[in-house]
Amino acid sequence: MPAETNLPTNVEAATPEGLERSRAARAALKQVETEPGAKKPDPIVIADNITRTFGGLTAVDVEHVEIQRGVITALIGPNGAGKTTFFNLLTGFDRPDTGSWSFNGTSLNKVPAYKVARMGMVRTFQLTKVLAKLTVLENMRVGATRQRGESFFSAMFAPLWRAEEEANTEKANHLLERFLLIKKREDFAGELSGGQRKLLEMARALMADPELVMLDEPMAGVNPALKQSLLGHVKSLRDEGRTVLFVEHDMDMVRDISDWVIVMAQGKVIAEGPPDSVMGDQRVIDAYLGAHHDTALTFEEEERILAEAEKELEEEAESND
Amino acid sequence: MDFVSLFGDSIQQAIGPTAIVYALAAIGLNIQFGYTGLLNFGQAAFMAVGGYTMAAFVSTWGLSFWLGIVAGLGLTAVLALLLGIPTLRLRADYLAIVTIAAAEIVRQVVGSVSLKDWFGGQDGLQEFSDTFRSYNPFSDRIEVGTLVAWSANDAWVMLVGWTLVLLCCLMTWLLVRSPWGRVLKSIREDEDAVRSLGKNVYSYKMQSLMLGGMFGALAGFCVALRSAAINPSMFATDVTFFAYTVLLIGGAARVLGPVVGSIIFWFLITFLDLFFSQATNPSSGPLIPPSIMTETQASLMRFIFLGLALMLLMIFRPQGIFGDRKELAIDAR
Amino acid sequence: MHVRLLRVSVLVPLLLGVFFALLVSTSGGAQASPAGTSVAPAAVEEPECVKPKERDDDTIHVQGCLRDKRGGGDKPVPGVTITVEDDQGKVVGTGETDETGLFDIPLPGSTIDVLGKTFTIKIDTKTLPEGTALQDPKQVSLKQKINLETDVFVTFPIDDKPEVESDLERALDLAVGGIVFSLCLAMAALGLSMIFGTTGLTNFAHGELITFGAIVAFWVDQWPGDITIGGLNITFVVAMVIGFVASGAFGWLNDKALWAPLRRRGTGLIAMMIVSIGLSIFLRNVYQYAAGANNRNYSQYGNAAPINWGWFTFTSRDVFVVVISVAVLGATVLALSRTRMGKATRAVADNPALSASSGIDVERVINVVWIGGAALAGLSGILLGLTQGFNYQLGFKVLLLVFAAVTLGGLGTIWGSIIGAFVIGIFIEVSTLFIPAELKYVGALVILILVLLVRPQGILGRRERIG
Ligand SMILES: Nc1ncnc2c1ncn2[C@@H]1O[C@H](COP(=O)(O)OP(=O)(O)OP(=O)(O)O)[C@@H](O)[C@H]1O
Ligand SMILES: [Mg+2]
Repeated sequence: MPAETNLPTNVEAATPEGLERSRAARAALKQVETEPGAKKPDPIVIADNITRTFGGLTAVDVEHVEIQRGVITALIGPNGAGKTTFFNLLTGFDRPDTGSWSFNGTSLNKVPAYKVARMGMVRTFQLTKVLAKLTVLENMRVGATRQRGESFFSAMFAPLWRAEEEANTEKANHLLERFLLIKKREDFAGELSGGQRKLLEMARALMADPELVMLDEPMAGVNPALKQSLLGHVKSLRDEGRTVLFVEHDMDMVRDISDWVIVMAQGKVIAEGPPDSVMGDQRVIDAYLGAHHDTALTFEEEERILAEAEKELEEEAESND
Repeated sequence: MDFVSLFGDSIQQAIGPTAIVYALAAIGLNIQFGYTGLLNFGQAAFMAVGGYTMAAFVSTWGLSFWLGIVAGLGLTAVLALLLGIPTLRLRADYLAIVTIAAAEIVRQVVGSVSLKDWFGGQDGLQEFSDTFRSYNPFSDRIEVGTLVAWSANDAWVMLVGWTLVLLCCLMTWLLVRSPWGRVLKSIREDEDAVRSLGKNVYSYKMQSLMLGGMFGALAGFCVALRSAAINPSMFATDVTFFAYTVLLIGGAARVLGPVVGSIIFWFLITFLDLFFSQATNPSSGPLIPPSIMTETQASLMRFIFLGLALMLLMIFRPQGIFGDRKELAIDAR
Repeated sequence: MHVRLLRVSVLVPLLLGVFFALLVSTSGGAQASPAGTSVAPAAVEEPECVKPKERDDDTIHVQGCLRDKRGGGDKPVPGVTITVEDDQGKVVGTGETDETGLFDIPLPGSTIDVLGKTFTIKIDTKTLPEGTALQDPKQVSLKQKINLETDVFVTFPIDDKPEVESDLERALDLAVGGIVFSLCLAMAALGLSMIFGTTGLTNFAHGELITFGAIVAFWVDQWPGDITIGGLNITFVVAMVIGFVASGAFGWLNDKALWAPLRRRGTGLIAMMIVSIGLSIFLRNVYQYAAGANNRNYSQYGNAAPINWGWFTFTSRDVFVVVISVAVLGATVLALSRTRMGKATRAVADNPALSASSGIDVERVINVVWIGGAALAGLSGILLGLTQGFNYQLGFKVLLLVFAAVTLGGLGTIWGSIIGAFVIGIFIEVSTLFIPAELKYVGALVILILVLLVRPQGILGRRERIG
């Protein structure tokens, strides 16, 4: 099955032309202003006026944002900043109240999630979604897009899809090896540890040969040793010529591998720029420090929480009228 | 107590036409619930639409039997579409409620006085089985040993029925080992994940609902043809619940689960029924005094046991009697 | 704290019972003599209609008795002309009812000649005595196929002369019935919705909680002798309160014995749903085992006299049902929004994990919700049984409508379930203006599907969270 994009299907290693392209892209970033909503020389995703409210709460309110092709962009922000919601909106898992956005120049308004994925924009989830009662290998095979055997009528005739299945298995094995899961190949995905699930989800996303990989907190729960090798994998994605957008709370990682950082707080993009400049930005520091921290709740606070829950319920009821 | 006839009759039921009907209905549920995780609680509706379309084509409109079969299958597919469109995008429990509602709608509509001219009201329809029976190769009763015997008509229904069951199982087997089946299983596990991998989840769910519904239509044909009559009481809500019990006994998401389940189910149900009716039979000196259980009450015992069995099965052996707990398809833990 | 919620929900109906008792006693003799008592009214003995003896000739007769049974009486209706026509419309026999109301018309020819033929038996409504009419004015003829070699016995029920009602009056009457039904439905739906909201369980055995209330109340109602306070018969009120409390206890038992252990094991929601189906089948058949399959009625409010109030016509029974259910629904909603337990309930429904971490005893909240939800369901069953009689299938039959109401309103929302119940309940009654009465449930269920098409999350529901 030919891949949709002109990207290399061999994900084993960086390719010369991929490396070349990503180097050029990174160089181009140098000229970009460090302003929220800055224009990029070669954007793969452009979003305008995206808003999404839940009841009374505005979770996302992004005026303008562009993602540069061929680089690693990090999306950071305090808890509840709206990063996951923004991911959901971009990938068609949720519908914004207003706004328009495009991928490779194609408008994605009202495009269903599965079509977005087929276009080459594949995401993972913050709370991992592995297919628990399928083996690791089967999980990987599901990841391949446009399989002939996935249509009802050819499904019953194995010869029609056997060759393709073998090719996919081959590819899956390569990826599993790379993500250190090859020994778990025949295990049920439900038996994997939390970190292994993260890995499996990332590997599975790559089965689709995406042009843009969107990772929601890929490192949460992954052990430090493995983290290093994962960082290498993410970088190698870029070096194959793919674009990576990821959400992460681990600042070391962000500093380490990202070429560009976008900061969200309370639904808005408040800063953008290369990692070092962004982390020194006063607005960013304020956003993080000013953010509400989850603390253990005392017994006396119970009443207050009930009152809040009640208020929320009422607001919801009102907004639903 | 006459245990020999008790066993004989139970075996007769366990492989007789009724078991076929429930095996087919459960094969449909297996596709929908076992593999895709769709909670169709209206399998009775699919059976009714299949059976009634065939019957009405022949006995009301005087059309060909074969046309009736084709139309029956076609209309169940349409029913699946109608039910799927509003619910397949929603959480699983919405489908459950809408399908159970649909089963009631279908049953009340075909039983209504307003449409009596078409569907015969509560009396239902008869006289549509001639074509089917004209192909019957058996002319005499079929006796196996001294215990079990079937009329020529039942034998013919059984021959056709078990062939259908095997074909359906074969089809299920071919499908679930293919990438198509893998997508269904993935949807059962987590449909958002499947969506993120570029599969049109909605379309797959619809295909699953339609296919399972059409297996249900086959069950509907069988139930009508075996008694040469069809009426609304054959499609009560409990029919679907029994089919679920059948599926869960044999083990959901196992190709032969519904067949094994149906055989065991009907053996046990018949056994219990005969046991209690003999135990309370006044003419043979009842084992159980009438002050504790009358004959009418005895006929309820099998359902009391069935309800209990369904609960206990789901709690202690959700993978079915023979299933492997690790491959358990339903989220039961 | 849950004790308070309970006390509120038990006390309110009690108080209301007393209140209503006063209402009845002040409204004078509006209420008819209690029905269901086996003592016949001390009227003049009416001549009985005796079915003629079997003859041994080879003919078949069409026979029947016209009796006027209005108001519990049984009077013969003499002098009414009956004709019998064959399938070509030719009159083959006529007869007139005698002083016992009997008519007896021989069919022409011998048994062989008429066997398998269909005859039409017509009643001449012009010959009916003044003030009487057929119960179903349209049914002036009956078709009868001769299947057996015995005489056939037919009857035409007699009733008041129907007043010609305007569509508006009919709509209002139906609306009254709809509101009464909606209120009963709303209690059951609220119970289901509370349980669903806090536990996520779609409880198919909810119908059996409804039936449970009706059966317990019936059992109390059948205790020999009447319970009276100052000459006022409150047997049913006592039965209702006991049924209500027993239902709450049954809910507690359901949770403690089955659902709480399953939650502790981490049983999945779908698995629990199927367990509830098993429980439903089990309980329904146990009910039938214990109580039989007969239709039952309570000893009071059997045939309450209609009261005219402006454009509306209703009975004291309607008033009773409305007062009780409005009060109980009101008390529940108040309890949910005002009391600590109520707030905790809503917090658990909103986010169980957060509630647990903020010190709410989630299991206890759920247990109280089960008590309250089952008590509401039971009361709903008692009042449904009061308005339309009941048997062991009462709850199973309305379960689908309860589901429809809850789904329509949005699964798990409190207001939604009440609104949904009203949409369904009123629709069912009023729709009979436009569609045949036998299809009214079908209409309601179709509405459910249509609403889901337009507004998938139900009227007040909210969408789910992803990612
Ligand atoms: N379906 C929903 N319904 C109601 N509120 C929601 C929903 N989804 C998100 N929110 C709210 O929107 C806000 C943004 O949530 P989001 O999950 O996007 O944050 P985030 O930036 O991903 O946070 P984190 O870093 O903790 O993952 C939060 O306040 C959250 O409570
Ligand atoms: Mg997030």
